[in-house]
Amino acid sequence: MNKRMRYILVNSAVPLLFILISAVAIPISNFSGMYLLSEIITRLTRNSFMVLSLLLPVMAGMGINFGLILGAMAGQIGLIFVTEWGILGAGGLTVAAIVGTPIAILFGWFAGNVLNRAKGREMITSMIFGLFMSGIYQFFLLYLCGSIIPFSRPNLILSRGYGVRNAIDLEVMGGFDNLLKVWVNGIAFPVGTFIIIGVLCVFTWWFRKTKLGQNMRAVGLDLDVSGSSGIPVEKTRMQAVIISTVLSCYGQIIYLQNVGSLNTYNGADQAALFAAAALLVGGATVSRATVVNGIVGTALFHLNFIVMPVAGKNLTGQAMLGEYFRMFVSYGIVTTALILHAWSRKKNTDSARAERK
Amino acid sequence: MAEDNIMLKLTGVGKKFDDVAVLKDVNFTLEKGQIMGLVGENGAGKSTLMRIIFGMNVIAETGGYDGEVFFDGNKAAFTSPQDALKAGIGMVHQEFSLIPGFTTTENILLNMEKTKPNVISKVFGKTLETLDMPKMRERAAHAFQTLGVNLSTDELVSEMPVGHKQFIEIAREIDREHVKMLVLDEPTAVLTESEAEILLAAMRKIAEMGISIIFISHRLAEITSVCDKIVVLRDGVVVVENSTAGVSVHQIADWMVGRESSADAVAAKRHEEKGPSGSDFVFEVKNLWVDMPGETVRDVSFKVRRGEIFGIGGLAGHGKLGVPNGIMGLSPAGGIVSFDGKEVSLNSPISALNGGLAFVSEDRRGVGLLLDEPIDWNICFNAMQVQGKFLKKVLGVVPIRDEKAMSACARQYIEELSIKCTGEKQLVKQLSGGNQQKICLAKAFALSPSFLIVAEPTRGIDVGAKQLVLEALRRYNRENGTTILMISSELEELRQTCDRIAIICEGKIAGVRAPETNAVDFGLLMSGEIRDDVEETA
Repeated sequence: MNKRMRYILVNSAVPLLFILISAVAIPISNFSGMYLLSEIITRLTRNSFMVLSLLLPVMAGMGINFGLILGAMAGQIGLIFVTEWGILGAGGLTVAAIVGTPIAILFGWFAGNVLNRAKGREMITSMIFGLFMSGIYQFFLLYLCGSIIPFSRPNLILSRGYGVRNAIDLEVMGGFDNLLKVWVNGIAFPVGTFIIIGVLCVFTWWFRKTKLGQNMRAVGLDLDVSGSSGIPVEKTRMQAVIISTVLSCYGQIIYLQNVGSLNTYNGADQAALFAAAALLVGGATVSRATVVNGIVGTALFHLNFIVMPVAGKNLTGQAMLGEYFRMFVSYGIVTTALILHAWSRKKNTDSARAERK
Repeated sequence: MAEDNIMLKLTGVGKKFDDVAVLKDVNFTLEKGQIMGLVGENGAGKSTLMRIIFGMNVIAETGGYDGEVFFDGNKAAFTSPQDALKAGIGMVHQEFSLIPGFTTTENILLNMEKTKPNVISKVFGKTLETLDMPKMRERAAHAFQTLGVNLSTDELVSEMPVGHKQFIEIAREIDREHVKMLVLDEPTAVLTESEAEILLAAMRKIAEMGISIIFISHRLAEITSVCDKIVVLRDGVVVVENSTAGVSVHQIADWMVGRESSADAVAAKRHEEKGPSGSDFVFEVKNLWVDMPGETVRDVSFKVRRGEIFGIGGLAGHGKLGVPNGIMGLSPAGGIVSFDGKEVSLNSPISALNGGLAFVSEDRRGVGLLLDEPIDWNICFNAMQVQGKFLKKVLGVVPIRDEKAMSACARQYIEELSIKCTGEKQLVKQLSGGNQQKICLAKAFALSPSFLIVAEPTRGIDVGAKQLVLEALRRYNRENGTTILMISSELEELRQTCDRIAIICEGKIAGVRAPETNAVDFGLLMSGEIRDDVEETA
């Protein structure tokens, strides 16, 4: 019993830490409960799909897929095109997803190839590969759009005649959110988006029970054993990355339809970092992550995101601290979670060693 | 014996690795439903033989094999283990190939899961079919029943005792639909006595179902109790193929090690010209445990006299290599190690080196050498890092390498150990295995150690070089009075070189003997048939 309790405590150290920080910071920030609740709902709408898209690569033993900014870029390309074509509402978002999917599959295939050559170093490799592909994405938008690829709407193109503007207002804003909006006590519940997120949760849960899901779990737990039992290891890893990239493409579309404007050139950069931080805050590790981790983590992480800067301002009297706190907190979380993961792994090998003696 | 009753038949099987014959003209037959015990020392060729039968890639990559293997009436030419599996050969390896985070059921049916189709799988293909867990549990339970063990189908393998994991592996093999023959490589090594008995009973049951079994074990009593026949390999040759009826453990040990009397003579001669060994104990190890993968040491205690060469032998995987790696701080370890009355702190290579210990690692290319650096660098590296030798001071402050002194030292050792090279500036990776080993020795000698540990000094080098290396060790021992701890898989080599030999079995010292002791005795110690239970003092 005692051992079991300790196991649970060790594994949920990160969420507990965050609940503690929130418990201290909420009173200092003076926010009302209602305000925080409505903010959290907004953040869940925006971010949880993206966070959930990280689950499969973790299951396949590839750690946090920082390469999901590739999918985010694919989603953004889709959104730019539907804005150009002037398609509105949920239909526009669907078309954006249809445009983004093949791009995401292609990007995911690239990433999968690279990661299969970097076994054991997937996280840092996917991060750097994402930065590299970001350069290609920018080249495409800055030089090819408006020159080789014709654009008819001048408000999308830079005044020099080619290249996409660096900030775009999205006409498809709220496409999913407004599908079935329900108001309860002055708080808006975007039921349409929640249904989409719910479908993904069910998909992820169901996927674990399929043969392919079982293969991914096996590959994630032990590459050599899986390989010797005839599971196509590299192909399975590739599939995990591709599915993750495609899902993150949809995740970015859902995120942006809620935000309403696209920061063309660096809107995707932080997507992976924030999603990873949220997942880790939910108690996931780089080797084990569930749907619950994703949802709880998104809520907790963004609660801190909202509360911390204001609490900091109220404590120090300086308004400039907001953005600083955001970056500090999210990088801090990733670092803490990685250290805690290494620590709990060491604890486990120690106790395994003690048992064997 | 009718021809169609034969499961496996080997005729004239031989195998060479780079002109070194590992197997020579191996012939034997295994009938259906028979259990065959396969025994032999390290390097007798057991693993190579199994690799040939199982169609491992290494065999084809190194030029194939001679002779023919017939499996179930057909000539077997498996090009991969998957082929062998399909034909009906199951193999349980010494190291577990289980996924710890999976349940027993998931492990037994790994990549053989029962699935049922659904709407999505009809569109996107079979890999999206859902797992049929109830059916899978049924299969697992059936396999357990066949084995006669009572295990849960939902327990996580990571939470099971080691002994049970072995049953999971075997259950996996017998669950395959067309399994005809099982190869069990040391399955009882990790089992307790009662678990081993259950396994042996299970083996009999499986054999009664008509499945043949090749049983590799170092526990000779198990061989005599469960097997129908026994094949003894020695130096790549089948020395005995016999029914086990009436065969004693002692006899098997004799077949296993039974060298010509010349080895005994050499050992006796060596004993006469014994070095300057004193009577006091200079090095003591007490209750040492080492967590080295594949070479776990559980509880080892021994004492080494000043000036002697103390040997440690034993079968592969029983922990003899864990001892030096634990003492030198290369693997996590615990216990008490003291040298010259001072305790050596474990898990810290630098304190072991500072304490006057030097180590020639069995992992020559990985741990022992800087392959991309010249000979003189390699020889002087440790002495420079640990003892500050071969350094001179610029302006009396900044220490830099003293290239001249390094070259001189390297040239001295090149001559002394007759290292074949173009000069002290040649890169170490260009040298042959034997010469690389000599560099490793020179590197240790350069530390002027008061205690030298050598692990597998002759592994992978040819016969001529072997003698030179062993001679260099003996000379160093005689001339400098250095105490040496030597670990080797080759008993003969230990008997030629050492003053006393400890044999490790299953992570513990089975006994310590003088080198002129009968070879059969060593064989019995290695297989755990004899175990001196009192803490050794002599």
